Amino acid sequence: MGFEGIGASVKRKEDLRFLSGRGNYTDDINRPGQLHAFIRRSDRPHAKIVRVGTEAAAASPGVVAVFTGADMEKDGIGGLPCGWQIHNKDGSPMAEPPHPVLAVGKVRHVGDPIAVVIADTRQHAKDAAEKLDIVLEDLPAVIGLADAIKPGAAEVHDGVANNICYDWHIGDKAVMESAFATAHRVVKLDLVNNRLIPNAMEPRVALGDFDAGTGDYTLYTTSQNPHVIRLLMGAFVLHIPESKLRVVAPDVGGGFGSKIFHYAEEAIVTWAAGKLRRPVKWTAERTESFMSDAHGRDHVSTAEMAVDKDGKFLALKVSTLCNMGAYLSTFAPAVPTYLYATLLAGVYTTPAVYAEVKAIFTNTVPVDAYRGAGRPEATFLLERLVDAVAYDLKLDRVEVRRRNFIPSDAFPYQTPVALQYDSGDYDKTLDEAMKGADWAGFETRRKEAAARGKLRGIGISTYIEACGIAPSAVVGSLGARAGLYEVANIRVHPTGSVSVFTGTHSHGQGHETTLAQLVSDQLGVPLAQVDVVHGDTAKIPFGMGTYGSRSLAVGGSAMVKAMDKIVAKAKRIAAHLLEASVDDIEFKDGKFTVSGTDRSKTLGEVALTAYVPHNYPIEELEPGLEETAFYDPKNFTYPAGCHICEVEIDPDTGVTQVVNFVAVDDVGRVINPMIVEGQVQGGVAQGIGQALLEGAVYDSSGQLLTGSMMDYTMPRADDLPDIAVGTEVTMCTHNPLGVKGCGEVGAIGSPPAIIGAVVDALRDYGVRHIEMPATPQKIWQIINADRPRMAA
Amino acid sequence: MYDFTYSKAGSVADAVKALGADMEAKVIAGGMTFIPVLKQRLNRPSAVIDLAGAKGLVGITHEAGKITIGAMTTHAAVAADAGIAKSLPGLSYLAAHIGDNQVRNRGTIGGSLANNDPSACYPSAVLALNATIVTDRRRIAADDYFQGMFTTALEPDEIITAVEFPIVEKSAYVKFPNPASRYAMVGVFVAKAGDTVRVAVTGAGQNGVFRLTEAEQALSKSFTPDAVAGIKVSPDGLNSDIHASAEYRAHLITVMTKRAVAAA
Repeated sequence: MGFEGIGASVKRKEDLRFLSGRGNYTDDINRPGQLHAFIRRSDRPHAKIVRVGTEAAAASPGVVAVFTGADMEKDGIGGLPCGWQIHNKDGSPMAEPPHPVLAVGKVRHVGDPIAVVIADTRQHAKDAAEKLDIVLEDLPAVIGLADAIKPGAAEVHDGVANNICYDWHIGDKAVMESAFATAHRVVKLDLVNNRLIPNAMEPRVALGDFDAGTGDYTLYTTSQNPHVIRLLMGAFVLHIPESKLRVVAPDVGGGFGSKIFHYAEEAIVTWAAGKLRRPVKWTAERTESFMSDAHGRDHVSTAEMAVDKDGKFLALKVSTLCNMGAYLSTFAPAVPTYLYATLLAGVYTTPAVYAEVKAIFTNTVPVDAYRGAGRPEATFLLERLVDAVAYDLKLDRVEVRRRNFIPSDAFPYQTPVALQYDSGDYDKTLDEAMKGADWAGFETRRKEAAARGKLRGIGISTYIEACGIAPSAVVGSLGARAGLYEVANIRVHPTGSVSVFTGTHSHGQGHETTLAQLVSDQLGVPLAQVDVVHGDTAKIPFGMGTYGSRSLAVGGSAMVKAMDKIVAKAKRIAAHLLEASVDDIEFKDGKFTVSGTDRSKTLGEVALTAYVPHNYPIEELEPGLEETAFYDPKNFTYPAGCHICEVEIDPDTGVTQVVNFVAVDDVGRVINPMIVEGQVQGGVAQGIGQALLEGAVYDSSGQLLTGSMMDYTMPRADDLPDIAVGTEVTMCTHNPLGVKGCGEVGAIGSPPAIIGAVVDALRDYGVRHIEMPATPQKIWQIINADRPRMAA
Repeated sequence: MYDFTYSKAGSVADAVKALGADMEAKVIAGGMTFIPVLKQRLNRPSAVIDLAGAKGLVGITHEAGKITIGAMTTHAAVAADAGIAKSLPGLSYLAAHIGDNQVRNRGTIGGSLANNDPSACYPSAVLALNATIVTDRRRIAADDYFQGMFTTALEPDEIITAVEFPIVEKSAYVKFPNPASRYAMVGVFVAKAGDTVRVAVTGAGQNGVFRLTEAEQALSKSFTPDAVAGIKVSPDGLNSDIHASAEYRAHLITVMTKRAVAAA
C-alpha cells in the first residue's frame, strides 16, 4: 500500500462495481408490488388544453390509474418551486409564473407533461397513454429569443409582458459610460452561446414508495442533491414533513447539472404512490430526456470593450438576452446573473464593468445550469472579445492578455462585479500552457499543414471561474432561497474504521475515493477502512449536494472541521490513556505520542477506548468518537488557467480536426491528480462538443429538430485528441484544504480556445468570429464565399 | 414496441408463405434498423418473422469474375473476407465502416438493401458495381432495383436471397458521415471495369441512391481525380437539413468523387 493521502493518484474505489455491472442505479431498484408510470407529453409548443379524456386509457389492460393536472390541483399539490429570486433594475421582483407539476390549462413546450398513466407494466402504461383523448387548440408560439421580446409577441405566461422574466443589471453604469466616452477605441462583438442538451449517460428515473403503516414516503431518484429534493418537494409541492419523507439518490450515472433540479416526475411518482398505496416507478426514454431534462446555455449577447491604444481594457459593457424556456427551473434565474455577470472581469484589471441581462420565456424546454452554469458563457464572451481587441488593434493575442492580467501580488483582488478573488498567478498558467502547447513552434506547423493543403490554427483562453458554491449570507442577499453550506458527519468505529456521511453526492466524480483520501491523510486510517456514504437523507443529517464544483471546497472543508473535532477529542482520550497533559500530545500518521518520548497510542486504540470507556475521563468527556461539522464557505473559490487548442481544417469539406489540446489549470491543492486529469478531460470533451458539434435546434414551429442522437451531435472518442492536463497551484486562502474545485474548468476554459483556433485557421478569409457549433458546413460556407487572398 | 408474434422461419419458402398470408407481417434480418423502428413505435407489424434460421442465406462465394454474398451475411463478415478485400476493396471498406462494431456484427446486406434507406451505404456499391439482386423468385439488375427513398422493386412477399457482384478492375468508396448519426451524408462508390466507369452517390439524393452520369463520362475518358474536380453538381433534388444544405452536399459529392477515384 503506497501513499494514499492528499496528492496521491489512488485508483477509484467505486470503479469495480461500475465497470463490472454491479452498480445500483435507480432503475435497478424495484419495490414489491410496484406499478409503472408513463407520461404523455405535449407535441405542440403552445396550446390550450381543451380536453384530456381519460376513460379509454383507464379501461386499458393493466391500468390502475390515470392522473392529470386537475387531479393534482384537487389534492392541493403545489407547483414546482424556483430556488432563486432575481430582482429587476427597479428593485421589483422577477416574474414568477406558476409551474404546475402536470400541465393545467395550457401546454407551453413540446414535452410539457400532460397526464400520467400508471399500470402493472411499462408496456401497458405506454399502450394506454396512446388512448388518452387529448385535444389541444394551438396558440401562437414564440421560439426564438428575438421573436419573444418583440412588441405584440404572444405571451408564454399571461401577464408577463414581452415574455420578460426579469431585466437585471450589475456594475456601475455611469463609471462605465464615462470610460467609454474617453476611450481610444471601442471594440464590439455580437455573439451567441448555443443551447445544449446535457445527455448524461443514465437517463432520469424516479421511484416513489409509501408505507401505509407508518405514513412514510420514500423517493428513489437520479439526483445530485437528495436533501434539496426532500426540502423542495416536501415543503412546496407535496406538503410532506421532512420526518416522513426519505429521498435516496443511489448510484447516479452522470448529472452535469441536469440532475440538480426538482422535476415533475419526482413529485408525480411520490404523490401517486401515496394515493395508490403502491410503489410507482418512472424511467425516462432517451428521446423523452431530450424534451424533459433541462437544457443549458442559450444566450445572445452584445459585448463592448473600451480600450486605450495599447489594448489596455478600460471598461466592459455587456448586454445579454438569455432563455429561461417555458417555465422557471430550480436554479435558472441565478445562472445568467450571479453565476455569469460576476465573472466578466475575468483575469483582467478592467476597472469598470456593466452588464444587463434580460431573461426571456419562450415555448421551449426550460433552461437551467449545465456544467459551468454561467461561467462558460462569461468566459466565452470575454475571451472572444479579447481576441477581437487583438484582431481590431492588430496586437498579439497573448500580449493583450498579459498587459491586462491581474498581477500575482494583487491578491486579494476586488473586482468591479462583486467578487473578490483570493489568489492566483495567471502568468504562470499561461507560461506553462504555452510551453506545453509549443506555442512558439506554431508558425512552422502551420506552414507544414498548408503544404498538405490544410488550414492550421491555434487558439488560447485565459479564464477564471467562481465555484465552491457558496457563502450562504452572500447568496441569500442575492436572492438565493437556500443556504449553501455543507455537512460532514465523521464516525470512527470502535475497531478503528471510519465512515464519512457527506451531504455531497458522487455521480461520476470519484468522491468515494477522494473524500476517503482526506481521511487517510488527516487521521492516518488506511483507505480501505474508510467508507464514504452519500445520497440518502435517512443516513446523512443534511447537505446541499454536488454541483458548482463544491464537493471538496465546501464538503471537504466540512470533513476537515469534523476531523479537527475528532482529533481534538481523541487527543484528550490519548492524554488520559498516556497519563500526560493534552498539550503534550502530538498526532501524526494515526498515532498519538507524548512529545519527546516514544510513548504512544494508535487511533484504533483510542477509538476502542471511546466506545469501551473503562479507562476514560468520563467526568469530562462523553464516550464515542463521532463528530459533525456544518461548513459555510467564506467566499467562492476561483480556479483559473489557460487552455490552448490547435486545429486543422480541411478546406475542401470544412471539417475541423482538433490536433492538440493543452490545459493548465490552477485548481488549488490537488487531492488526486488522476481524478483531476479525468475531470478536466471530461470538461474539455464537453467544450469540444459545444464548440464544434452540439447545438439544440428548434424549427420555427417549435419542434425540437435535434430530438435524438440521430441529429444531436454528441462528441465521440474519435472527435477528441489526447488532452494534456497540467496543474499549477495557488492555494485557496479561505478554506482549510486550500482547494478550488476542478469539475467544471474543462467546460469553461475550452470553448473560446477552440473557436479562437478555428478563427485563426481561417485568418486568410477575414474571419473575426464564428458562432458555435463551428460545423463543417458553417466553415465551408465561409471558405466558399471567399477565395483566399494569399496562396498557401 | 407494440405486441407482435415472433417466429423463426425454417426456410425462405416458409418466410415467403408467411408474408403472403399476412399483409401486416414483416421479416427481420439483423434488426439494426428494424428494432429501433419497432422501439419507437413507428411500425406495428402483426408478426415478425426472423430469417436467422433460414438455410442458405449466409456465406460468401468466390467464382471467376464474380462474388456472391448471401443476404443474411453480416457487414463484419464481408469486411473480414480476404477475397473481397483483394478483389473488391471498395466493397470491403464500405462494409467495414457501416455503423460501429455492434451494428456490423448483426447488420446484413440483404436487410440494408431491402430497406433502401437513402443514407445507407450498400445501395451505392450495388449500383456502382452493377450487381444483381437475387430473390426467391427472380434476378433484378441494380439499375432496376432502386426506386426511391425506402422503395425497391421487391414485391411485398419477395425476399432477397443473395447479391452477386461482378469483379471489377478498380473500386473505392468514400463516405462523408453525418456527424451525429454517422450515416452517409454523402457516400460515393466508384467502379471501373475497362472503359466503363460507374459512380453511385448515396446519402445526398431525395430519392435515394443515384448515378452521377457526368462523372462517369469524364472518368471513362480519363480515370483521374482531376477529371472530375471541376464537376458542378446541381443542388436540385438533393437533401437539405440542419447538418448540410443541398448546396453543401452538391459540393461534397464532387469532393468525395475525387477522393474515391484517388483511392481506387
